[in-house]
Amino acid sequence: MMNAVPISWFLTLSAILFALGVAGFLFRRNIITVFMSIELMLNAVNLSFVTFSYQHKEVSGHLFTFFVMVVAAAEAAVGLAIILTVFKGRSTLNIDDVNSMKN
Amino acid sequence: MDVILFLIFALIAVACAINVVVQTHPISSALSLVGVMGSLAVLYLLLGAEFIAAAQVIVYAGAIMVLFVFVIMLLNAGAETRKGRSYLIPGAPLLIVFLGLMAFVVQRIFPDSTMVRFGGFTGGGPKDVGTALFTTYLLPFEVTSILILVAIIGAIVLARKEIDQ
Repeated sequence: MMNAVPISWFLTLSAILFALGVAGFLFRRNIITVFMSIELMLNAVNLSFVTFSYQHKEVSGHLFTFFVMVVAAAEAAVGLAIILTVFKGRSTLNIDDVNSMKN
Repeated sequence: MDVILFLIFALIAVACAINVVVQTHPISSALSLVGVMGSLAVLYLLLGAEFIAAAQVIVYAGAIMVLFVFVIMLLNAGAETRKGRSYLIPGAPLLIVFLGLMAFVVQRIFPDSTMVRFGGFTGGGPKDVGTALFTTYLLPFEVTSILILVAIIGAIVLARKEIDQ
């Protein structure tokens, strides 16, 4: 019994990490931290992919994780460039102050 | 042994993830996120995903987080000021309800029939991943290269200095 981990534990850990990522995304005001919360959510989903890959004894889940990593890298490059541009124009990182499209 | 390893690194991951959310300074959040990614890499190894574990450390903890820390230093981002904690009143119960629902659904759909043992799945090495990547998933792989090209161009266009006309 002590030699094996139930597969549901991995999925529950993934759900916990995803929920914490959602919490950070909704509650934090710093644009960089919001962005890091998105990365946290992507990591949680990756854990689910790898877990299901183990369950089905199939390598496809690893490939999807790989593609998620590639998309995350591209997203980080573009997102951080957008953050730089926003900071250059407004000198703030608070997402409450970036509300030009509100009205 | 597997259970002990899982519990240790799952606890590290959850503790670091909580730290990501509650720290006020972005650099503390970034370092905690590196902790989450490192412990997730160990869990991937436990699940037999050797290639993904290595890619997690190199790409995520190495490349992406360095980019984050670099931007934090470049922008000289300070600690964020809190306006109040009123959001915790609706937020915390909703979070607990979501987690309870997820745990319930997971336990119902996956009664503990499948047990994860280290070495129970050995098809996750670089050879297997590479074979699948260049046969079954060749088209997504090629599309990915276009995505990266577009991302590079986008990042350069967004971050360049405005040239005086």
